[in-house]
Amino acid sequence: MKLINHTSVVKHMKPRLVINILFKSLFFAATLFGLLVLGILLYRIFTQGIAYLDMQFLQSLPSRKPEQAGIKTALVGTIWLMAVVAPISLSLGVGTAIYLEEYAKKNRFTSFIQVNISNLAGVPSIVFGLLGLTVFVRALSLGTSVLAAGLTMSLLVLPIIIVASQEAIRSVPKELREASFGMGATKWQTIVHVVLPAAIPGILTGGILALSRAIGETAPLVVLGLPLFLAFLPKSVFDMFTVLPMQIYNWTGRPQAEFQSLAAAGIIVLLVMLIIMNSIAVLIRNKYQKRF
Amino acid sequence: MNATMEKQRVRIVQGEEKQVEMENKNIVYKTDQLNLWYGENHALKNINLDIYENEVTAIIGPSGCGKSTYIKTLNRMIELVPGVKTSGEIAYRGRNIFDRSYGVEELRTKVGMVFQKPNPFPKSIYENVAYGPKIHGIRDKKILDQIVEKSLKGAAIWDEVKDRLHQNAYGLSGGQQQRLCIARCLAIEPDVILMDEPTSALDPISTLKVEELVQELKKEFSIIIVTHNMQQAARISDKTAFFLNGEVIEFTDTNKIFSTPSDKRTEDYITGRFG
Repeated sequence: MKLINHTSVVKHMKPRLVINILFKSLFFAATLFGLLVLGILLYRIFTQGIAYLDMQFLQSLPSRKPEQAGIKTALVGTIWLMAVVAPISLSLGVGTAIYLEEYAKKNRFTSFIQVNISNLAGVPSIVFGLLGLTVFVRALSLGTSVLAAGLTMSLLVLPIIIVASQEAIRSVPKELREASFGMGATKWQTIVHVVLPAAIPGILTGGILALSRAIGETAPLVVLGLPLFLAFLPKSVFDMFTVLPMQIYNWTGRPQAEFQSLAAAGIIVLLVMLIIMNSIAVLIRNKYQKRF
Repeated sequence: MNATMEKQRVRIVQGEEKQVEMENKNIVYKTDQLNLWYGENHALKNINLDIYENEVTAIIGPSGCGKSTYIKTLNRMIELVPGVKTSGEIAYRGRNIFDRSYGVEELRTKVGMVFQKPNPFPKSIYENVAYGPKIHGIRDKKILDQIVEKSLKGAAIWDEVKDRLHQNAYGLSGGQQQRLCIARCLAIEPDVILMDEPTSALDPISTLKVEELVQELKKEFSIIIVTHNMQQAARISDKTAFFLNGEVIEFTDTNKIFSTPSDKRTEDYITGRFG
């Protein structure tokens, strides 16, 4: 005796297929919604800003007159900020990751550190702004300099870099470490010649994504008190400066329509920088990706 | 009671060995009352084994009997596992490897290891072989070239790779990768080669090549090989140790252990009654 009635199964096939298609369309619509909103945003920004986007816009200092205003100070400031954040956050982050993955014994203390790093990655960026204001701007009296902002931003992205680097290091097969140790290599030689070369694509990808987050962050810099209007360029890390998001924030706050369009042009510049950095991350990942 | 008798018998067998062999062969490794624990788990129990120069010593036994643990203790790789404790002594060329003054790095330059799964570095074939000499401070390109050629020839893979030394080692087949790993191990000019089931991931033809290679290598090196393939142990080894539940049940000439084992459990294992 058969327990499954096949004619009945076939008869009830139709509603199952309908439900299948229904859910497929539902999820497709969900995806489409996000894309559509993004598309509208991009369309608005590009139609509004593209007219203002030219070499003069990139090369001019900000001005009260919209037709003369440019984004040079902010662009240069962003590059200065990256020049401070990249070396500090990468060296500290990768160093911490190497210590935690390769050297530290697995005990309560290290798992406590681990949990806190993950928690730090979720702390709102404005809290880092307050930290930077208290420690770097006031206590160390660095003022609203490139260095103070750079250190604050480094702290902000540090957890992301640590977690990404740890994962990259952990994904290096233990067999490779054993092979190296088995030939009498020290831990440091193994890290330098075997672990890091294999982990570098993951570390760099994580690092670049973290830096592109630092480029876009505004809140901590507002808390630090970065100037919204600055008509000169920084000459060293101790000088005042401003960055792209601050400049955009400034322009969007003005009543004149021309400044709104300038803000849109600034957003395009920011987006292009982000896209370039993300593409570099993808390129690195594809070029050096190794399968084990 | 029974276990004590077994241990005595093993020692007697070993004692006979010594008398016979002492005249012409040197002991490379002398294991004396070795015990090892993974946390609470007593993995090796009172191991006594002597390993002789220019011989192939096979270690056989069912899964989980401690054979891999033992071979990894010989170059202290086992210490990578957290929570490992040992007692007793292993003397390598007369010096206790657990001595504080004996650095693992120093030990491992004399004792090479070939692993279960081929594990070449994601580098070129040349760089794989030159890795060991380089970390030991050899920078001279000419010497490195010589070492690479000699080692690849020693591992019987030179003819297959000589035209593509600078290509990635991952392009080689599994069997070639394993011979490359043997070459990489030869490059540090070790005294002893430890092989932890070196053919378990290889096809029969590659296995045969590695086995032939082992026969060739024993002229120059002392080889300890862990295998769960009893035919392999019978084919290539001079002496065989049978491990069971962390103990050495029997250790004697390979011919003898496979023809007239003195312990019932050895006999059961080699005739395929368990394991």
